[in-house]
Amino acid sequence: MRITVNGTAHDLPDVDPQTPLLWVLRDNLQLTGTRYGCGKGLCGSCTVHMDGMPVRACQLPMSATEGRGITTIEGLSKDGDHPLQDAWREHQVPQCGFCQAGQLMSAAALLEQNPKPTDKDIDAAMTGNICRCGTYQRIRAAIHTAADAADSTDQGDSKEGQR
Amino acid sequence: MRAATSEIWSRRDFLKALAAGGGVLIASCADSDGAVFTGRDKLDPESWVLHDFLWLAPTGLVTILAHRSEMGTGIRTALPMVVADEMEADWDQVAIKQAIGDSRYGDQNTDGSNSIRGNFERMRRLGAAARDVLERAAAAVWEVDVRTCKASNHKVEHAASGRSLGFGELVEVAIELKPQGKSAIQKRLKDRKDWRYIGIGVGGYDMDAIVTGSAVFGGDIRLPNMLFASIERSPVLGGEVAKYDKSAALAVAGVEQVIELPFITEEPFMFQALGGIAVLARDSWSAMQGRAALNASWKTGAANASFSSDSYNQAMMESVRKPGTKTKDRGDVEAGLAGAAQKVEAEYSIPLLAHACMETPTATAEVTEEGCQVWSPTQNPQAVQDTVAQTLGLSKKAVTAHVTLLGGGFGRKSKPDYTAEAALLARETGRPVQVLWTRADDLQHDYYHAVSAQRMEAGLDDQGMPVAWLQRAAYPSIASTFGAGSTGPAGFELGMGFHNMPVAAPAMRTETGIAKPHVRIGWLRSVANIQHAFAVSSFADEIAAAGKHDSYQAWTKMLIGKKTSGPSKHIQRLLDVSEAAASAGEWGKELPRGRGLGFAAHHSFDAYIAVVVEVEISKAGELRIPRVDIAADVGTVVHPDRVRAQMEGSVNFGLSQALFGKLTALNGVIEQTNFDGFRLLRLHEAPPQINVHLTASDGTPTGVGEPGVPPIAPALCNAIFAAIGKRVRDLPVDPHDLSWS
Ligand code: FES
Ligand code: FES
Repeated sequence: MRITVNGTAHDLPDVDPQTPLLWVLRDNLQLTGTRYGCGKGLCGSCTVHMDGMPVRACQLPMSATEGRGITTIEGLSKDGDHPLQDAWREHQVPQCGFCQAGQLMSAAALLEQNPKPTDKDIDAAMTGNICRCGTYQRIRAAIHTAADAADSTDQGDSKEGQR
Repeated sequence: MRAATSEIWSRRDFLKALAAGGGVLIASCADSDGAVFTGRDKLDPESWVLHDFLWLAPTGLVTILAHRSEMGTGIRTALPMVVADEMEADWDQVAIKQAIGDSRYGDQNTDGSNSIRGNFERMRRLGAAARDVLERAAAAVWEVDVRTCKASNHKVEHAASGRSLGFGELVEVAIELKPQGKSAIQKRLKDRKDWRYIGIGVGGYDMDAIVTGSAVFGGDIRLPNMLFASIERSPVLGGEVAKYDKSAALAVAGVEQVIELPFITEEPFMFQALGGIAVLARDSWSAMQGRAALNASWKTGAANASFSSDSYNQAMMESVRKPGTKTKDRGDVEAGLAGAAQKVEAEYSIPLLAHACMETPTATAEVTEEGCQVWSPTQNPQAVQDTVAQTLGLSKKAVTAHVTLLGGGFGRKSKPDYTAEAALLARETGRPVQVLWTRADDLQHDYYHAVSAQRMEAGLDDQGMPVAWLQRAAYPSIASTFGAGSTGPAGFELGMGFHNMPVAAPAMRTETGIAKPHVRIGWLRSVANIQHAFAVSSFADEIAAAGKHDSYQAWTKMLIGKKTSGPSKHIQRLLDVSEAAASAGEWGKELPRGRGLGFAAHHSFDAYIAVVVEVEISKAGELRIPRVDIAADVGTVVHPDRVRAQMEGSVNFGLSQALFGKLTALNGVIEQTNFDGFRLLRLHEAPPQINVHLTASDGTPTGVGEPGVPPIAPALCNAIFAAIGKRVRDLPVDPHDLSWS
């Protein structure tokens, strides 16, 4: 079947359509930025966007992506300069970094829906993403920073352009 | 099933495929020692090389070897930063190259919070030696006195004439010069007021790679013609397979081979591959599907099948209720207890804990006629080298251990059992193999943090101060992983806050009880300090409560004891951080019922840490942690932001352990298989505020990665007591009823 990731269509005739998207990304498309942490939808390490909505790639059969657009961390921004990526740098959020692609993708989806999230909104949107290193306080701060940055620089519809 | 060996690509095919945009992730654009994995750290052959640790290219690019592993502490940045500082290199012109495992680099075991402790001065000398050579090179070029040449910001300057030469321009001359020895260089170290990065910090070297998804962790290695393996191991440690359906596994699409790895049935298990049924496939998912189809069953009668947490934990607690093996005895404890104005007793327990790094164990190996190459997220590449060499019967030299980034380590990845698995399978198949552990594998076959039981007794005088102190501990020892016949705590474990607990009591005795191992026991971030600090700091709080004293005030009195000469330097540092935490955490502020502050302090890995945790508990028993203040004396702070990050991480790690950390065994099998059973702290449960207070110090740098963890659990439980009067002595907190009215 055909799958569209970060704007590029790939034909994968040999892959069982029931294969979870996570493994298609990692093992067939070599997009290893999306990570395996639990395989059961419990940790968020594998979070990607499907048509802008956050999904757990380990729980999503490839067949469910037919006709949809998938965005991975590699496609979050063209030059690694999504406001969240900049905020992550500013706050030096990552420790080991393993969970951070998933954290960024969850946070990016949150800001798309809700450009000015409160702490409560952040709690709700980010609770599915475990960070074993414990970078939670910086994640929260960085999301606020990115939201503020977007607030002060854009007055309108640039959200779509971020991808 | 396809033939294993006929399809191996040659290296040249591989490179051709790459050039043609074959989409294969490059694992190794290897330089002479093959250490490179990101391609950003390629060495210029024209470089001047210093001690095999530092390369200066004619372009001015300085490449510094990171010989320790990056698991999230920032060490891959911090040690090269120290070198750059002493060298007067500009950080923007520094590249970092990750070392392979090689004893010529010295100790590489990134464990025991030891990287800065063991390498700070050494890396300073390396940088200073480089600066020294470059200044001499410039002096030679200008034919002036070397004392008039000064390295500054990537160039050497001659103030009198206003001349300067960039570092890169000095390469040719530097190559001809001999670096000075250790004692000469010692005198050339910078004055600390001239440090440009030490004590200030730089951004994480891997930051861009992490936020854009290009960072290379263990499971990201892709070699041509590689097989992906998933291994079914015995659910009971030391058990053996009875039968499995090999053909069903092979019938799964994508599965290519099924290989039985020999089962290790006897302790000590050490770093050996446990054995199991490996299913190898063209991708990870097919391998996991094939593995499920094995439908393996296991022989009964494995010795460790007797291990069930309920009965085991009870027996362990029974053993500390009786006199055990005396390990320290001072004064007359019996008389002190008998004659005390008041007696306090308490029993504490902590369950088995898993490391649960976000990245599960994974390793990639390739065996050729020349030997074996492995790529793994390892804290200890030299142990990888040793273990793989032993496993395959190769010489150590024939094993190249590459180090990727680690998706967390916490002590788990010091043990290279998973690399041994990959090496065995690579040899059997003749193809590169990547082994990936599932989360269930990780939780069920860890080197666990030991389950523990402790009993404390104290006799108090009429001031509420201890005159006699008895503590007993039982837990299976880490030593059991390395030698058969262990029955309880070992001396090195007791030295982590048990024998050397800081409370002054005229009479004191420590004893150990019986606890035999039934799973592999290993070191987890801060190791035995976890249980010892929990017991000592909780008990100190109980003593204060028994005497109706303020907990923090009582703690300071207990540390000083009856000594009239004043506290030792060691105790003074603990007192100082205690005061820092108490004052920053607003100790003593009035709080309504349901809210409370808890205090704990602990010394480990040379560091002094004190914590105040604030809790808020609803009548229904819902717990919130609005704020944690953590004060740390870690000696000289080399990279302040990373020290802060480690303290923040330690708070969250400690809270995760205290609130939820619990694994249980039934008939030898660990019952939790994922994060639904083994809960970890999540963002909405993490304190909104963690305030880190670092002591300004010019002392020797201490450990940082671990010492923040031990005081967290007792401070939390003490806070719960302060808030609602309920005492949590058996962790985790989560199952306890914290409701109040
Ligand atoms: S790997 Fe998908 S949620 Fe954990
Ligand atoms: S940064 Fe290590 S798991 Fe989040």
